[in-house]
Parts: sequence; structure tokens; C-alpha cells
Amino acid sequence: MTDQLLEMNDVLIEADIDGHWKPIVNHLSMTLKRGEIIGLIGESGAGKSTFGLCALGYTKPGCRIASGSIKLDGVELVGQPESALRKIRGNKVAYVAQSAAASFNPAHTLLEQFSEAPVQHGKMKTSEAAVRGRELYRQLDLPEPDTIGERYPHQVSGGQLQRAMTAMALGSNPDIIIFDEPTTALDVTTQIEVLSAIKEAVKARNVAGIYITHDLAVVAQMADRIMVLRYGDLIEEGNAREMLANPREDYTRRLLAVRNLREHKIHGDGINVLLEVKEVTARYPGTKIDVLQDISVKVEKGKTVAVVGESGSGKSTLARVITGLLPPSAGQVIFKGESLPASLKEKSKENLRSIQMIYQMADVAMNPRQRIREIIGRPLEFYLGKTGDENEARVHELLKQIEIPDHYIDRFPAQLSGGEKQRICIARALAAEPELIICDEVTSALDQLVAEGILDLLQNLQNELNISYLFITHDLATVKAIADDIVVMYQGGIVEQGPKQQILDPPYEDYTELLLSSVPEMDPDWMDGLVERRRRGEAPTAETLRQR
Amino acid sequence: MSNSLFLMIAKRIGLGFFTLLAISLLITVGVEALSGDICTAILGQMASEETVAACHARLDLDRPVMVRYVEWLVNFVQGDMGRSMANDRTVMELVSARIGNTLYLAAFSSMVAIPLGIALGVVAALYRNTGFDRGISVTTLSTISVPDFFVAYILMALFAVKFSIFPAISNVAGSMGFWERAYVSALPVLTLTLISIAHLMRMTRASIVNLLASPYIEMAKLKGIKPGRVIVKHALPNAWAPIIQVVILNIAFMVVGVVIIEVVFVYPGLGALMVDSVQLRNMPVVQATAMIFASAYVLLNLLADVLAILANPRLRHRR
Repeated sequence: MTDQLLEMNDVLIEADIDGHWKPIVNHLSMTLKRGEIIGLIGESGAGKSTFGLCALGYTKPGCRIASGSIKLDGVELVGQPESALRKIRGNKVAYVAQSAAASFNPAHTLLEQFSEAPVQHGKMKTSEAAVRGRELYRQLDLPEPDTIGERYPHQVSGGQLQRAMTAMALGSNPDIIIFDEPTTALDVTTQIEVLSAIKEAVKARNVAGIYITHDLAVVAQMADRIMVLRYGDLIEEGNAREMLANPREDYTRRLLAVRNLREHKIHGDGINVLLEVKEVTARYPGTKIDVLQDISVKVEKGKTVAVVGESGSGKSTLARVITGLLPPSAGQVIFKGESLPASLKEKSKENLRSIQMIYQMADVAMNPRQRIREIIGRPLEFYLGKTGDENEARVHELLKQIEIPDHYIDRFPAQLSGGEKQRICIARALAAEPELIICDEVTSALDQLVAEGILDLLQNLQNELNISYLFITHDLATVKAIADDIVVMYQGGIVEQGPKQQILDPPYEDYTELLLSSVPEMDPDWMDGLVERRRRGEAPTAETLRQR
Repeated sequence: MSNSLFLMIAKRIGLGFFTLLAISLLITVGVEALSGDICTAILGQMASEETVAACHARLDLDRPVMVRYVEWLVNFVQGDMGRSMANDRTVMELVSARIGNTLYLAAFSSMVAIPLGIALGVVAALYRNTGFDRGISVTTLSTISVPDFFVAYILMALFAVKFSIFPAISNVAGSMGFWERAYVSALPVLTLTLISIAHLMRMTRASIVNLLASPYIEMAKLKGIKPGRVIVKHALPNAWAPIIQVVILNIAFMVVGVVIIEVVFVYPGLGALMVDSVQLRNMPVVQATAMIFASAYVLLNLLADVLAILANPRLRHRR
């Protein structure tokens, strides 16, 4: 047995793109010692998941390991038949996927799925596996560890599922666990709970880990060593603490820098209130729970109000009420001094024009069969009656405004990158010459550097056109960068609201403090310190808030 | 869950009655739109006007069609399907003599086609894009691409005329024993199997292929689970819902779609009865058979939806 548990050498992985094999992992190497955690960092398309997964001797369908060597405990995996690789997977090397909700089989209980790997690999009997499952559930702080295993995946929450999946990976005592963005889909407050539970369980067993993520601050908490990847190439590799303190490469520095989005606002006049949501209560048809309770929010002209909260806090429902998709059961929405009709049907074209929306998924918000010309030109024609050359000229003008090359006008959405698509959506909203744009998690689906560009653009447009934004987001870094006022929502109510400085500076409201403190920081000791403080009762936890 | 399920079933049954009503109207209008009526059909073109008039009077055909329809409807709702205009036997008697034969044919064909179709679909999904997959696809697709009766005649030419293995006419009778009956109806069963297996196989294949791309199947593979177990434990339990839908729609097809097959093989079932009755413009019998076929279709569709709900663990085990 060598000192290195895993040795990957000069690995080349290719993907079948339109019938040609193109490299997506370009001759990368990695070593991993027992008990060590290595972080793979990069934006989408960096090849980090592909590279991580090949430690299982596995590639996604349509990919192949073209050359290189992958040695696990001195045994070469490349070229082994599937039957031999199966004996390793879920046994010596285990996998934790990004979306636990999709990666648990909906037809079986948690414990059935937990027991499967150890039993099938002949390590335990079913009864022994059940005992071990309950033990691991307890260690990962799952509620009711003795019975939670009898539940089906849809019966537990996202954060709990993610922990159950970590338990499942630990089930057969693997040497290595591959974590593929395990907390990306979770709320910040849940993320820290899951992260610390994972870290503790992994450290306690001296399991080695490959931690794949796009979030440097998260990896800072977990990893001993970091590899920064881009387009399948290695950018930089080194000790986590050293790299965070002294990044050598420009790209790493830029990844680090996005956390501190710069602020460059020219403040709007802020005298007149553009939109006022007044004592609104709303529920979805056929339900008995008010998802919004007595909400009042004001948006001033040329300013940005950020609505912050976790999933289920009601922030997107608020947008639906303002646009008229969900008529409120009480209260009203006042726009420029006049009460807006509650339902979409009763709204005038002018009402519709003056409030536009930009969505999280630019992909599905555009008709894939329309060219950019039609996508942006349609609101020009519909709201402003612009046709022909006038329409075309305005589309060109808008493209310039969103910093998209002129010749893109003939492209289809599928020919654009994620950030470019979101820019087109912004142009489409601008085409209607609105006074208010509701931005619903517009940067959540984008890579950090791209998201930064979008936020910059939105800010420039505001400075130029004096538009107001209602910015719905769960990401506090975005809020810090773009908001004038902040509204913090929790379980359908407003926890607090006010100017940014007042909300983000101490003294904090408890829930706001929980949110703020849960945002991962680059400091590798951040999480351990915070967990310790929470344990001593010096910082609020989600648990204590829920109990209220 | 049970509450909403019962509500849905009640709603669907209500809608089903509405469908039946609409169909009975359509049938009435449709048969009326055909040239001639039962009298001209029975008496032939040479009959004198007096004979035809007398026939009309005897069968009450002088009244407006809608009056006759409403009268039929009132009786039908009370369980009286009326009498055949051709021979004055009750429709109930005619139908009950035939319905067993049709159900036998449907059941027999289902028992052959469904297991075979699902099995082929699973195998094709496992070995997708191989020669086997393509071969199966081409074969089954070609059998549904040609008209039903064509398949029937080809089989008849092959197995009855050329090789004389099975009888060309499937004239089953109540006195036949199990094996004799099965032997006589072999060709209609084979035809029905051939024309329905493609749907079954392709839907099974599509739903399994779809499932195999889902993250929990990848997860199972990464847990080192053997391929057979991945299919049986992880894919199939989630594939039931779509498969059940196709299976039941196919059973419905076996019941309803036999009309032409029965005629081709002179099989004494409801479908043949219906075709004969349409030729004779024998309205009460046409209506009765249409109602039976339509109810079978509505009920089986409802069953498919209920089973699909029950097959979904998310709906079976609520939060």
C-alpha cells in the first residue's frame, strides 16, 4: 500500500460533441491522501464534476476516459471491466450528488436506499445496515434518527435529504467520498448546517474527500487543498489557506474578488414613491395558508429594493401579487398614486407596460424558436406600436445598451451563453420602457463572474434611465451590491425593512443576523467558529427561530 | 388522498355519462345520414313503395328521428335496450350472446401481447441503439404501419391458406372446449397481438430510457448496483405509471378495436354484430353495441388514471 490513496495521472477525458471527441478534462493529475479533502473549484464547463467522477472510474454517458491512469490504493482503474469497477463504487469510493431530491429514488424509503450498497457489496446484513443507518442519521443531526429512515424522499426536507445522502455515502465505510456541489441547491441557513454536519462526520471517520463546487467560500471551509479548474485545465493548485491568502493566478483572484461586488450607485431622487404594496395578504387558490401576511413595501423612483429570504419565505409570491398573477385576498397595490387592478385580466396595457419582469431561468423565459430580433421587437410593437425600420432601429439600440454585439440580432436563444440570454431578457424588459422592473433571482443560475457583469449592467441602466428595481433574491452578496433598501422576509411576513446600511449594520434583528452570519466567508475558520458560537448560544440558529 | 381520489373518480364517471350521451347522439345522426333505412336495406331496391311504407309503419319509423332518439334514451336509461328491428329479438339477448366472445378475444390477446410487449420494451431499452433494438423497432413499427385488416389477411394467407396450420374462419361456439376455442381463435389473437405490441413495446422502452437518464439511476450505478437490479429495483417501480396507461389503453383497444378483425375472421363477437347492424341500419343494436364499446373505453381509461395515481409513491405516501 502506498502513501497515496488515490493517484490520478495525466487523465484525459473526452466528450462526444456532434460526432467528434473533444477533450473536456485536459491531462489533469491529482493525488489524495487518506483523510485529506481536496476541493475542485471552477465555473460551469470547468470539467470539475467530470474529473471528480472519474475517481469512480465513471464518466457520464457520451464521455470516455481517453488516456491516463487512475490508481486507487495502488490498483489501476482505467481499463477495468464494469464488473470490477462496480465492486469499488459505493464501496470504496462513494458519491454525494448535487440534487438529493432527484438522486434519491422516489419509490423507496431512505433506509432501504441506505442499506442497498452495504448489503449488495456483501459488507453487512440488512439488519446490521439498518442499525448503522440509524447511527449515522443520529450523527448527522437528522431529526428522529430512529424512524426517519422509514420515510420516503419526498417526505423530508431538502437539507435533511442532503444529510441522508451523506449518511448513505458513509454507509459502507468508503475510503473516499466525492461530494458534487452537495449544498448548492440549499438555502444559506440550511447550507451551513449541512456543511458542518458533513465535515464533522467525514473528519471523525478519517475519510478522504473530493469536494466539487463553484463556491470558493464553501470550499474554504471544507478543503485542505484546492485545485482551480477552467475549461478542463488546471489553473492553480495548492494548500487551501495559502491559496486563499495569496492567489497566484489572476483567474483565482477574480473568483475571490466577486464576493466583494463593488458599489457604484448614482442615487435616484427618491422623492416620489413609485410602487406601494399596502397591507397585502395572499394565499394560493384552494389552500388555507396565507403565504403573505400583511405585507407593506414601498419602492421609490430610481431606487432598488431588495427582497431577501429563504425558499418558502413568500418573496416570489410578492412578485406574483404585484404583477397580478395572484390577486391578493386583502390589501392593495398602488402604482404612481393609483390602485392597480388586482387581477391580470383587468389591467390596462399601460399597467402592464410600466411593470416588467426578468426571471431566474432565462432559458425558459424565451421562445426558443424566435430570433433575438423578434424577442426584443415584440414588446416594442405590442406596447409602443413600433414596427418596421423604427422597430429594428430600436432593437439595435437596446442591444447596444445591454452590451451585446449587433450581429446577434439574427441568432436564436440556444446560440447564446447563459449570461447573454439573461441580457436579452433585460433588453426585452427595457423595450417596454417600464418604470419598474421586478428581478426574480436573475443571477442565481449564473456563474459568479457572469452574474457580476449582469449586476453591473442593471446598475448602469438604473443610473442612466432612472428605473426602479424590485430585486428578489436569496443571495446576500447580490443585495449588498445593488440594494438601496432591503426587505427581509421569513415565512410570509416581513422581519424588518429599511435602508441598506441600517439593515446590514449592527444591531441586527435575529433572523437577519442568522441570514448574514450564514453566508460563507473566505476565512477557512469561519464555519467552525460560527458553529461553536451557535452552540454556546451566542449566535441565533435556525432551530431557535423556528421554535418561536 | 382517498377523498380527492374519490372526487376525481366521481367527476370522471359523471363526464363519462356525458361522453356516452354525446356518442349516442352522434351515432343517431351518423346512422340517419346514411342512405336508406332498415326497410330499404331488408326489402332491397326493388321493393314497392307500399311495402316500404308498411314496413316503416310497422317499425314506427315515420316519426322524426329526434323523437325516436329521446324515446330510445328514456328506455335505455331504465335498462331497456329495445328490440332488434331485423328479427324482433331483444337487443339484450343478441348482445349477451356475443359479448362473452369479444371479451374472451380481448383477454386472450392481452395475455399474449402485454407481457411480450413489456418484456421486449425493457430489453430494447437496455440494449438501446443496438441491432436488437433497431430490429425490434422496425418489425413492430411495420406491423402498426399497415392497416389492421391487411395484417389479418396476410396472416390468413400465410397460416391458413399456405400452411394450413390454423383455420381461416374463427367461428367459435359455446360448445367448444378450452383448447379447441383457443386453436380456432389463434389467428385473430395473433393479429391483435401484432398490431398492439408496437405501442406497448415502444412506450415501455421510452419510459425506461427516460428513467435511465434520471439522477437516481446514476446514483444507483455509482453505488455499484448490478444492472439487472438497477432495472428491477430502481427503474421499474417508477416506470409503472406510464406503462399501466399504455397497457390499459391497449386492453381498451383490444375490446373496441376488434371490429374489423372480427369481420375478417367471421368471429361471432360484438364488433361483427355492430358491423352487420350498421349495414342493416338496425339502430337499436348499433346504439347498444356503441354504448358498450364506449363504456368500456371510458371505464378502462378511468382505471388507467386511478392506477397511475396509486402507482406514484408521492401520492401513496403523503407528507
